[in-house]
Amino acid sequence: MSTIITILVVIGALVLVAAAVFAVHKRDLVVATVATSVISLVLSLFYFLLQAPDVALTEAAIGVALTTIIFIVTIKNTKRFED
Amino acid sequence: MKKLISIVFLLYVAYQLFVVFYAVPFGTDEVRSKVGRFYLEHSPKDLHVANTVTSIVVNFRGFDTLGEVTVLFLASTALGSILFRRREVHTRLSHLRTSVEASSIVRVAGRILFPLIVLLGAYVFIHGHLTPGGGFQGGVIIATGFLFLLLAYRQFTVEHRTIMWIESLAGITFAGIGLVGIFVGKTFLENFLGVGRLNDLISGGIIPLIYIAVGFKVAAELTGILDTILSISITVDETENQTEKNG
Repeated sequence: MSTIITILVVIGALVLVAAAVFAVHKRDLVVATVATSVISLVLSLFYFLLQAPDVALTEAAIGVALTTIIFIVTIKNTKRFED
Repeated sequence: MKKLISIVFLLYVAYQLFVVFYAVPFGTDEVRSKVGRFYLEHSPKDLHVANTVTSIVVNFRGFDTLGEVTVLFLASTALGSILFRRREVHTRLSHLRTSVEASSIVRVAGRILFPLIVLLGAYVFIHGHLTPGGGFQGGVIIATGFLFLLLAYRQFTVEHRTIMWIESLAGITFAGIGLVGIFVGKTFLENFLGVGRLNDLISGGIIPLIYIAVGFKVAAELTGILDTILSISITVDETENQTEKNG
């Protein structure tokens, strides 16, 4: 991999870890859900860089769009803040 | 008696697994060096399929894909059976979808983008054997298009009878193609059609047909799930009352 891609991967990995920690620690569940969708977005980029475009497509469509919406609807119907 | 039968069955499964793994010497790399190379060599040569992932998923491991589709079908059925009663039957719209009207930007963008998203999804599953993607990915992309419409237009609902028909017909098509493989050739899901030329749209035998069926099925299932989820109404008070009753 070239230098630019390596730097991108390192930044992406840092974003991944940061978003994961954020999703666990945040009391506001909508914000946590958006953080998990950020994880999916970065992950799908990683899959693409690792030459698995099929998995990247699935991850982008399911992880970013469908799961997020299902979680947000569920949160709207129950409670927004964690106890 | 039941226990005895299950123990005998488990012993038989264990014996078969032992026979398979005994043939592989411990610690040798059979999977990557032999199986992987087999797929990479035979997918373009015998099946004339450019996307090796598709040829594995639909042809070499087609039966597993049928199981995967069944799992998705069971999951969506279970979700529907739990949530369907909670739908608001008269208005068919929950407070989530009636309370706030989406902004005109979202509505106009939904009207313009919906056909394009559906076109992209159809492209992904029709070209599953040529480019990355396939039935599952294309179906999910189409479902996101319907999700956009469901969010943009509060009055938009999906006809569940139509979805049921699409889903059933797609599933029957998949299983039917597999059964025709038994009668024409030797095995279930045998690739009985001509494979054509590499990189042609109509090539790969039954692979595009199965992926088109899978695409329709996944799109219908996920659209049904989204419509059901967006149409349920559970107010916070109701859930709190229920937890009080249970607790």
